[in-house]
Amino acid sequence: MKMTGAQAIVTSLEKEGVELIFGYPGGQVLPLYDALYDCKLRHVLTRHEQGAAHAADGYARATGKVGVCFATSGPGATNLITGIATAYMDSVPMVCITGQVPLSVIGKDSFQEADITGITAPITKHNYLVKNAKDLPRVIKEAFYIARTGRPGPVVIDVPKCLMTTTIDFEYPETVRLRGYKPQAEGKAAEVEAVAQALAEAKKPLFFVGGGVINAEAAPLLRRIVKTHRIPLIGSLMGLGAIPVTDPLFLGMVGMHGTVAANRAVMECDLLVGIGVRFDDRVTGLLTRFAANARVAHFDIDRAEVNKNVVADLAVVGDLRWSLAALESAMADLAGEGGRRWEDWRLQVTRWSEEAPLSYQKSDDVIKPQSVIEEIDRQTKSEAVIVTDVGQHQMWAAQYYRFQRPRSFITSGGLGTMGYGLPAAIGAQMGQPNKSVVLISGDGSFLMNCQELATAVEHRLPLKMAILNNNVLGMVRQWQKLFFNQRYSYTRFANGGTDYVRLAEAFGATGLRAERPEEMPEVIAKALATEGPVVMDIRVCADENVLPMVPAGAPLDQMINGEVK
Amino acid sequence: MRHTIAVLVENRPGVLVHIAGLIARRAFNIESITAGYTEEADVTRITIVVEGDNRNLEQVVNQLSKLVDVIKIVELTAEPSIERELALIKVKARPETRSDIVDIVEIFRAKIVDVNRETMVIELTGEETKIDALCEVLADHGIVEMVRTGKVALSRKPGAAKDSE
Repeated sequence: MKMTGAQAIVTSLEKEGVELIFGYPGGQVLPLYDALYDCKLRHVLTRHEQGAAHAADGYARATGKVGVCFATSGPGATNLITGIATAYMDSVPMVCITGQVPLSVIGKDSFQEADITGITAPITKHNYLVKNAKDLPRVIKEAFYIARTGRPGPVVIDVPKCLMTTTIDFEYPETVRLRGYKPQAEGKAAEVEAVAQALAEAKKPLFFVGGGVINAEAAPLLRRIVKTHRIPLIGSLMGLGAIPVTDPLFLGMVGMHGTVAANRAVMECDLLVGIGVRFDDRVTGLLTRFAANARVAHFDIDRAEVNKNVVADLAVVGDLRWSLAALESAMADLAGEGGRRWEDWRLQVTRWSEEAPLSYQKSDDVIKPQSVIEEIDRQTKSEAVIVTDVGQHQMWAAQYYRFQRPRSFITSGGLGTMGYGLPAAIGAQMGQPNKSVVLISGDGSFLMNCQELATAVEHRLPLKMAILNNNVLGMVRQWQKLFFNQRYSYTRFANGGTDYVRLAEAFGATGLRAERPEEMPEVIAKALATEGPVVMDIRVCADENVLPMVPAGAPLDQMINGEVK
Repeated sequence: MRHTIAVLVENRPGVLVHIAGLIARRAFNIESITAGYTEEADVTRITIVVEGDNRNLEQVVNQLSKLVDVIKIVELTAEPSIERELALIKVKARPETRSDIVDIVEIFRAKIVDVNRETMVIELTGEETKIDALCEVLADHGIVEMVRTGKVALSRKPGAAKDSE
């Protein structure tokens, strides 16, 4: 069939089953937007390209599908960068299509020209500068395949404007031929046997669950193994929700703001089984002391993660749906025991959980930020999709919300992108229109992309946004307090702060405020009962630290406010 | 330790930059990098010499393997292989020193490829150490300028890198 390059892009996206595109038009993508005008694809106009990238990311995390965003050349494309880097660090499948100046003027420093494939090389799984219009269908087919298979990640396709208006014979390829890209679904059975053997020999085994379990849709398998063998688990930030955090075997998040029990278990276990994790420095603390008494087994789909940070004694490279199923079979001999061989260890670690639960000083005078999370958890019955920004509120959300399901916690883990929350929540809500989506943000983060309130209002999204407003950049202030002699350099918004109720109203959303502890539950209840987007300005106390805390570079047993000897 | 790795890649614009960029970003040190066509027109072979311990090497190889345009990677340090480098050396050559330089060139089985009143250009192919040695001797006469290709290497095994496991 004859069609223009722009129509070929749109038709290819339809063939890939795309339902939703987030984007922002501009000069060099005009022909593409023209093709969108009369097709079935739904396009959401964000108010900033960064918002489009984060929204596509939030949509992808909430649904497991590939997120798609459009931007124009030059500044449009560079505005996507933070969003692409965020998705890359957290292995989120995305396809970003950017307009580029026509081939004849590439390299001439043309108006709105930027070398976007050069700029995004380090933060994409793969990228393309398309030079021939007839390549467009193949490139889009490959891009989606690369984005969602293996370890997922973002792919950028840069399309010069002249290609969009060139007429081609459209034919969508059935298959992908990429000789340099063969994601390894199945690993080696012998490697899994070795892990099962190590588990049989271990006295104190510990599972460490990461975002890979959620990406691979392998949480049901993991839950089955845990139910049978009753091996204690810890989770990374990205792994929250893979196992219900209320499961007594789940000791909580590990690392810098992890629980005492989780960090203590790492220091004392004799076999640590990392599943879909990358042993980030916020998890390990001082690397040489991390799991120092343990053998380490590492399950991951990305071979490059093995031995990158923590040296693995045993490694299984493959899709977790394959490797966890194989592990389950390999452990069949032990299934009859119901985990009795590890009973002492299990009793020990669950006792640590009981002895040192997460806690904070309650107050009747000021709203404690932790209490806001607990109240949201209570009122949403632990069933909401929680999206966060980055900072103290993010860690409190991770600590105090009781996640039950995969894809119920959407947060920028690796890159730690402030401003991620609101647009990601928009994407998550659009991907899961029937779920309750709650954004937990801070006043610092919220202001970084607050223009997306306009997008939320335009689409009448039932999004609830809780700003834990302390009028300071809380996490930075916490570090200044603990490590910089309380020299609070530029972390207070000195103008007395922004009126978020009026801000919400200016955008056409509902704004509510809670200033006293007794008002807070009512405000949350009212927000949840109100239709459309609601911003809650919750005035929390400023002088609160996220605890426990392992200082950067310290071993996990040196916790501030964690009774671990 | 220095490692020589052969990387077979799709012959597309920007691939060399991508590979060099990745190695640099991951804070590995490139000693030399060379690229050229192979027996297959759409495949480029890049020979990279990197400095690092075995764990560093494992990371370099694993990270490069993730690039979609990388078809195959072989570590040639790990197997018997032929390693060669080409150098062109412009050396000061006055009439009274020329015969001495010619002797040196013969001993090293190098070639004189250009002569003028003041200088000579010498071509030498060989292992890195041999080129180093020639340079050291010629230094007494004064090296005006020099260019080296960086190492290329080929396994002695009967098969091709593209077919290896």
